[in-house]
Amino acid sequence: MKAAILISALALGVVPAMAEDVTVGMILPMTGPSASTGKQEKAGAELYIAQHGDKVAGKTIKLLVKDDTGAADVTKRLAQEAIANDHAAALMGFGLTPLAFAVAPIATEAKVPEIVTAAATAVITEKSPFIVRTSFTLPQASAPMAQWAAKNGIKKVVTIVTDYGPGLDAEKWFGETFKHEGGEIIEAIRTPLKNPDFAPFLQRVKDDKPDAVFVFVPSGFGAMVMKQFIEQGLAKAGVKLIGTGDVTDDDQLNGMGEAALGVVTAHHYSASHDSPENKAFVTAFEKANGFRPNFMGVAAYDGMALLYHALEATKGATDGAGLIEAMKGAKWMSPRGPVEIDPDTRDIVQNMYVRKVEKKDGQLYNMEFETIPMVKDPFKATKK
Amino acid sequence: MTDVLAHLRRRERWGVAEIAFWLALVAGIVAFPARAGLVNEALIAGLFALSLDLILGLTGIVSLGQAAFFGVGAYTAAILANAGYHDPLLGVLAAIVPTALIGFLTAPLLLRGSDLTRLMVTMGVALMLGELANREDGLTGGADGLNFTVAPLFGRFAIGSFGEGPRNAALFSLAVLFALLFVARRLARSPFGISLTAVRENRLRAGALGISAAWRIVAIYTISAAFAGVAGALLAETTQIASLDLFEFHRSANVMLMLIIGGAGYLYGGVIGAGVFILVRDVVSAETPEYWEFWIGLMLVALVLFGRERLANLVRLRR
Repeated sequence: MKAAILISALALGVVPAMAEDVTVGMILPMTGPSASTGKQEKAGAELYIAQHGDKVAGKTIKLLVKDDTGAADVTKRLAQEAIANDHAAALMGFGLTPLAFAVAPIATEAKVPEIVTAAATAVITEKSPFIVRTSFTLPQASAPMAQWAAKNGIKKVVTIVTDYGPGLDAEKWFGETFKHEGGEIIEAIRTPLKNPDFAPFLQRVKDDKPDAVFVFVPSGFGAMVMKQFIEQGLAKAGVKLIGTGDVTDDDQLNGMGEAALGVVTAHHYSASHDSPENKAFVTAFEKANGFRPNFMGVAAYDGMALLYHALEATKGATDGAGLIEAMKGAKWMSPRGPVEIDPDTRDIVQNMYVRKVEKKDGQLYNMEFETIPMVKDPFKATKK
Repeated sequence: MTDVLAHLRRRERWGVAEIAFWLALVAGIVAFPARAGLVNEALIAGLFALSLDLILGLTGIVSLGQAAFFGVGAYTAAILANAGYHDPLLGVLAAIVPTALIGFLTAPLLLRGSDLTRLMVTMGVALMLGELANREDGLTGGADGLNFTVAPLFGRFAIGSFGEGPRNAALFSLAVLFALLFVARRLARSPFGISLTAVRENRLRAGALGISAAWRIVAIYTISAAFAGVAGALLAETTQIASLDLFEFHRSANVMLMLIIGGAGYLYGGVIGAGVFILVRDVVSAETPEYWEFWIGLMLVALVLFGRERLANLVRLRR
């Protein structure tokens, strides 16, 4: 009997010792079509830990990276296992919108923060009070692009978006903002998510003779749009290419060649962003991984920064409600510029930059030339 | 003649290894509730692979589009639950109807042409249904997927992500897998099943014996579609989400991989192959989340080179 008590006491004694660890379940598509997102995100989160140490407020951060292959049922199982088996204090990642949605009920039920560092459909943060986002929303990038276009002599636009949640967000917010500013949308084209071939759509754009074509495609498809834009002779016909930064993704930009020069996009991050924080970030990131960070890499870096910030505020306490409270209103200097978590929506508030593709030191970069400071997600702003 | 009957009866009997296999699965789920989610995924993948074994292993019909039925089954259960019919058993049974119907209607496409034609046709059907699910976003939730909840099984056993949920879900999947494997076993050893073997071995000669290959292919393809549909419904209900990736090509390709790992043609191959595939993926991807596919590939090459059914022979379920 005494032995039994001793053993259970020992067993109990183990629990507080384990509680010194804070496990972060990072669930990403590391293989499959969205593998580039996973690669960037993992590198970003690991870099933050490497730079800031794995100790925060007396706790040791343990990063568990899991591959969900982009399948929502696997994401959900991995999230459940991370919480039940690994006692994860926070979940992070989520490469695509349905993957972020899948975990929302688990975050709510288990009261564990779900830090979304990729998926960009506006409504995601409304699916659970435990969701916080450090990436961006598509309305956030599309509306400023429309304002800039309207102010810079572009009158008629054709939009091309991929036919799924984020694409529809981009089409709606670009279109409505542009019309509000006095512009005209000649045609709104949607392309299928699978087997994308943009040539026939770009031919329709050419026939419409707009001043510019606004494009949104998922991360990874930008190079193909660019190639076909040139092949179809749209540049020669005087049509400008504008879009959200997904089109001129830093991950692929160098491979697009001279054709990409002069393309104007609006986004929250460029590897060429001119700040000491970003220079240090890009140098360290390239040194550790051998490739340039893109907006996914920086979002995961900031996801980790947000978690460190929250743990410091709670003095190491890991209850989910406390962490979420500490994340609300958090402000810090990210490589992309100043950022803040909107306490009402738990979405990120950040600068939007209008950028043009230019050559610097023999490489292509999105060079920022205009800043729209501290943009909130317009989707949620209109709801109030 | 009596020899043949005796042989058939012997094949019909349940072996000790077979019974031990099922008991071990039950014991595994009860003993390791923490990994029940993983076991559940493997059991469902096993059922999905079994559906492919019916056409590929028994009848020799290749398909790269089983995901079509997997997806339709999953969305049937999800849409029913969203419409207020939360009973998990009802969802699983209901999934049989549309999948069997689509299987029946598309089966005639498989009767002509070569294996290559069949690969293309089945793949095409899966692509079309996937795009249809994307387009009908009012019903399916489109690219956002469909989140829903199901009622406890028999009004008592909650299934899902919390508490006892994963364990109950795995036991539920195991029971359904067992029931369908039982059906498949009876089917394979019936005169109908034996005539399928004749069709697989030599279609012309089967025809000369008076066995109509066309009807048999249509029938087994319809049954296989329903099996895949049930697997899809189980996955949707136990994870309580349906998303468009259920229709994707990698699902059809992975299920074929699982069947090849376990060995086609004797029904248990898919279940064992799925278990090996999912376990290896879990262990290896915990170590290297980026490169686990390399090791699976290496394993596949090794299996094909050194005898593809060796894995199954090890457990001696094969006769």
